[in-house]
Amino acid sequence: MEAKVLNGGAISKEAQAAMIRKERTANNAWHKFSRNKSALVGLVIVCLMLFIGILAPVVSPYDPNALDVTATYLPPLSEGHLLGTDDLGRDLLSRLIYGARMSIVVALGATVLGGAIGILLGLISGYAGGVVDAIIMRVMDGMFAFPFILLSILLVTILGSGVFNVILAIGIGTVPGFARVVRSKVMVTKNEEFCNAERVLGASPLRIMFSHVLPNTVSEVVVYATLNIGSAIISEASLSFLGLGILIPTPSWGNILRGGRGCLTTAPHLALFSGLLIFIAVIGFNLVGDGIRDVMDPKMKK
Amino acid sequence: MAEREVLLQVRDLCKEFKVRSRKLGGATQVLHALSHVNLDVYRGETLGIIGESGCGKSTLGRCIVGLHTPTSGALTFEGAPLDYHAKEHGKALRSKIQMIFQDPYSSLNPRKTCKKIVEEPMLIHNTMPDAKKREERVQELMSVVGLDAQHVHRFPHEFSGGQRQRINIARALSLNPDLLVCDEPVSALDVSIQAQVLNLFGRLQKEFGLTYVFISHDLSVIKHISDRIAIMYLGQVLELCDAASIYAKPMHPYTQALLSAIPPTSPFEEKQPIELQGDIPSPIGEQKGCPLASRCPHCTERCRQECPHLKDQGDGHQVACFLYE
Amino acid sequence: MDDLILEVKDLKTYFFLASGTAKAVDGVSFQLHKGETLGVVGESGSGKSVMSKCVIRLLEKVGRIVDGEIRFEGKDVLSFSEKELRSYRGQDVSMIFQDPMTSLDPVFRVGDQMMENLRIHRGMDKAEAKEVAIQALRSVGIPNPEARFEAYPFELSGGMCQRVIIAMALCCNAKVIIADEPTTALDVTVQAQVLRLLKNLQKENQMALMLITHNLGVVWDMCDTVMVMYAGKIVEKAPVKSLYSNPLHPYTWGLLDSTPSLAGEHKSELKTIAGTPPDLRLTGTCCNFYNRCPYAQPICTQCVPELVELEPGHLVACHRQTEQVHLKRGEEKNGG
Repeated sequence: MEAKVLNGGAISKEAQAAMIRKERTANNAWHKFSRNKSALVGLVIVCLMLFIGILAPVVSPYDPNALDVTATYLPPLSEGHLLGTDDLGRDLLSRLIYGARMSIVVALGATVLGGAIGILLGLISGYAGGVVDAIIMRVMDGMFAFPFILLSILLVTILGSGVFNVILAIGIGTVPGFARVVRSKVMVTKNEEFCNAERVLGASPLRIMFSHVLPNTVSEVVVYATLNIGSAIISEASLSFLGLGILIPTPSWGNILRGGRGCLTTAPHLALFSGLLIFIAVIGFNLVGDGIRDVMDPKMKK
Repeated sequence: MAEREVLLQVRDLCKEFKVRSRKLGGATQVLHALSHVNLDVYRGETLGIIGESGCGKSTLGRCIVGLHTPTSGALTFEGAPLDYHAKEHGKALRSKIQMIFQDPYSSLNPRKTCKKIVEEPMLIHNTMPDAKKREERVQELMSVVGLDAQHVHRFPHEFSGGQRQRINIARALSLNPDLLVCDEPVSALDVSIQAQVLNLFGRLQKEFGLTYVFISHDLSVIKHISDRIAIMYLGQVLELCDAASIYAKPMHPYTQALLSAIPPTSPFEEKQPIELQGDIPSPIGEQKGCPLASRCPHCTERCRQECPHLKDQGDGHQVACFLYE
Repeated sequence: MDDLILEVKDLKTYFFLASGTAKAVDGVSFQLHKGETLGVVGESGSGKSVMSKCVIRLLEKVGRIVDGEIRFEGKDVLSFSEKELRSYRGQDVSMIFQDPMTSLDPVFRVGDQMMENLRIHRGMDKAEAKEVAIQALRSVGIPNPEARFEAYPFELSGGMCQRVIIAMALCCNAKVIIADEPTTALDVTVQAQVLRLLKNLQKENQMALMLITHNLGVVWDMCDTVMVMYAGKIVEKAPVKSLYSNPLHPYTWGLLDSTPSLAGEHKSELKTIAGTPPDLRLTGTCCNFYNRCPYAQPICTQCVPELVELEPGHLVACHRQTEQVHLKRGEEKNGG
């Protein structure tokens, strides 16, 4: 019966296999993502930002720290300075481009750092349960209860300014969020039948945790991390705006905004462009994050 | 029957769960999932366990494979106490007793390919350190359970329910187990697929000399696959007998009611159901008397006070009911 | 026939997915008369649930009725307005779903849910509705209905919940009840109770019952007529006794043979249907059963078999049954 060779419009094995292939592509994450227009817009924004940040020395027209006291507060579209200059005559476009670089470094760094700690804590907390869970989660709750920006300010004040310290401060602030997201998924996954199957096979708890439970949290983690990058950009900008984050003269969107604060009436372009960029960047990451969530979780779509 | 080797012995097994009271600040209560279960599983046989939801049949299966720790009682496997935490042979025991789960969807890790799932046990027990040989073994197992060996790199969601159950079986078989605990392995499958999987179980038993503890709520499935059948109700075994005699000569009132409740096998058959009054009583709290006492048409005063134990009626047919004493 | 209550003609419901169009229901026609019980049998994916949801017009967004007609007492159901639909669903046709626990709203008391229906559809006041609801609860055999009336769904067992749902259908005086696997989630002893209840109530009230199930035993017990569905099509339709004693479609044979029977020989090899059901996105060009059918001939791959009445009331869609020499069950397997 296996060797049935009948022709016509029959459903052949090949057709079935082709269907599976077709389904694979249709269900392929990228295919789903690309059908979502707003997520694509977000992706373009994020890619542009990454591209500009990485290639900052190549694409920026001037040295961001080159002073030119003869040309301070030039308005946008001035000759040679597309977006004008600031109080010390530095080219705004170049500073914003370098600022993008700084935002990416800080936001990514903080998310990776906070994510690593948070995932580990969430995994342990969710898998172990009981007292361990209670202790870890109460600490996390404590951190949640403390306003995020105050926490960062506190940390930066203790540690001092500087890129690494800002990353550390923002990163620690993101730990509880990651821990919660991972914990809730772990608590569901560890009771799934396939984890029981692993236990019956004699797998050690560590193996189940890292080889089976952790990979199943990936979609939640990726979504949360993407959304978190957006808020990390804001945090960095806020700290810098308060003069606690990235210090002048190193350009960052936050401290450019801070510089523009004093001259809102005379030279509004300083605050306008830096603020706008923060806004666009955050929207970009949020759109991508939402897009990924839709891809990962089809139930969210409707 | 005496000369047959007892593979697994269950003696006086109890399992209790603590349940928190629904009221705030209420005391915790005890749910008796299994009370004083006694069973022998002989090598090479299929012991069917049947009962309605909440009767403790799954709990029994999970106690055997070590997913639950019994509250009291003893499990003996091949003459030695069944202790998965024992230093020397605990891990070896794991490879001898395996389980097939009910839900073919959640019992396979969605993020692993078929190959990874099937080779996982070999990695855990390090039975086949050589990657090449392991791959061959995976291919072999897949053909044993009737899967296309070309599909090793597919993910579980790309298989149908029946095929996933075959992957489950392949995974369980990869360690050459002696005893397979099958917890409702076919109840999530369609009839035609169910028949395929049941045949596969039969074939594997012949080929590898496997012993099954086969848990199901479907009497016709149990009857088809089992040599002996245990009927459970509210955490107790009420009747234990040969597969043939359960249909021919059901003794316990519950078994009789259960059999009469099964839909007819043809439209010409007129069934006269024996109705049990009310619902299954709650297993929470203190249990007194025969579990069926509140619903049984033959209930006496003694049934309310005392709990009957399994008694052999000759020919190996055991029943726990005062009617037969 | 004037007791015709529901008529479905050539219903086609397709699901438009990114990877293709799945023909979930592909040309299904049947009639339902007063007091009749129609069984619909088929495996998962055969379109039986989708078909029933079409009848009550509760289809998910991705699925669309692309062709066909549904007539309830002569009225065109597919052209109903939202308002007409509401009264159609509540009063004329009632549905019982597989999982009793999820078809009741967990945050409302059982009684409130029953009364809401009565007050909307039958314009009763509170006291009147309560009386009717309690009466209905009593008639489905719920002990102490006054107390149950105040209960929340989670306080009831599965069998009780299913009774409540049946009671809800009853007090709306539904003319048609569609029961989609009403007893699959229940234990056998409870299943027997619920089925007997449905049977008795149906006899009393002359309702038409469409019973969707995969359990052949339930069909033998309950139904007058059976439709066997496979991959979105009806492959066989017959009075229940005729289907049992003289099934005509090879798929029906397979279905009957692969069910383990209590009286059957112990540990014998079950006869199975090889392979798996086809992908619904690929069906519709030939006999859908062809690649699992041991009797398939070249003709089966060339065109779709029509549903033909071979005996009075017994319809089958199989090329080999409409040939000059009819195929017999268990006959020599296809030669090549």
